Amino acid sequence: MTTTTIKAPMPGVFYRRPDPDDPVFVEEGDHVEEGDVIGVVGVMKSFQDIKSDASGTVSKILVENEAAIEAGDDLVELELD
Amino acid sequence: MIKVLEAGLSTTIQDAGRYGHYHIGMPPSGAMDQFAHTVANYLVGNDKGAATVEMTYQGSDFKFTEDTVIAITGAEMAPELNGEPVSMWETLAVSDGDVLSLQFATNGARTYLAVAGGIDVTPVMESRSTYTLVGIGGYDGRTLEDGDTLTIGDAGADRSSLVGNSVADEHIPNYDDEDHIRIVLGLCDYRLTDESKEELCDAEWTVTPEADRVGYRLEGPEIEFKPREQPFGAGTDPSNVVDLGYPVGSIQVPQKPIVLMRDAVTGGGYATVGTVISTDRDLLSQRRTHQPVYFQSVTLEEALAARKARTETLESIRNSLTP
Repeated sequence: MTTTTIKAPMPGVFYRRPDPDDPVFVEEGDHVEEGDVIGVVGVMKSFQDIKSDASGTVSKILVENEAAIEAGDDLVELELD
Repeated sequence: MIKVLEAGLSTTIQDAGRYGHYHIGMPPSGAMDQFAHTVANYLVGNDKGAATVEMTYQGSDFKFTEDTVIAITGAEMAPELNGEPVSMWETLAVSDGDVLSLQFATNGARTYLAVAGGIDVTPVMESRSTYTLVGIGGYDGRTLEDGDTLTIGDAGADRSSLVGNSVADEHIPNYDDEDHIRIVLGLCDYRLTDESKEELCDAEWTVTPEADRVGYRLEGPEIEFKPREQPFGAGTDPSNVVDLGYPVGSIQVPQKPIVLMRDAVTGGGYATVGTVISTDRDLLSQRRTHQPVYFQSVTLEEALAARKARTETLESIRNSLTP
């Protein structure tokens, strides 16, 4: 099985949900299409969608909700279709 | 022309700043790291006042539609020209059709792209700097977006003979190591308890994710103010004073310190307890979110000496370039 890892394109705070009361964007086992939002990074008072760069099944969530992240950090591992 | 293929996270046109209007509440804006901005301009034969592109945390992708000369300075963003890695702090030739792509910032936060002739946008109040809070200057007063087209100013002469010039290693900052930021205490440091005044300079402060061109909000210990009787005209918070002007770089402490940067308000009702010296504002603006910062108290004479030394460094860089 080929895997790929979605990396943080910027530093900030990683959020797994669009809003504290909303469900998470993705859970392990979910299927995502290329371009689907898998999380949000908050930095400089704005929020940036983090999109999947491939289609596949989420095999691992590598960062906790509200974790401090650096650019280049591994966020989510995908098993490619 | 330069076509913006991918704008990045927060990319603006900036120059040396918009001066002379502070009294009407207009902050200078301009490149957050004036050293990197100035060196980029020198490498392409511009004066320091020419407008450059400032990219924060995430680089942009550009397509050039004419032959010109460029330089990239500041935070490392692994620049590639048509897919081939190119050096930073060096004068580069680009041709019509070339694509320049930059990645996310490592070793610093902000990267500058200078082009011979400068970025030509209409000056507002004698400056091409973008002030996004009120939407003036730069490119339509806003951060760049995918598909924008930047006009290159008239360089007057062919600058291609500059290609290959580079900055000596000793003058290239290693931003990630620059965690000591010098400050001059005042104007209102008398409002702090003795313990807090010491703590301001002893504590490890951390850059928060909110830090931007307006202010660098820092996380760290609680700062305490001396008890006082609330003066007429001051707010109820211990950090409130009757309004005063805020120097650029001044540190106010509503609860946790905020260093006011180049897009900040020019005055208000918070005590400012110290001011980051001009040379070190460049370094502070290269600290990324979550990185530590230590304040180091210096005298005004030491601050002026640091500024003089930096001016000499810039002159020596300029003089080292082969025209």
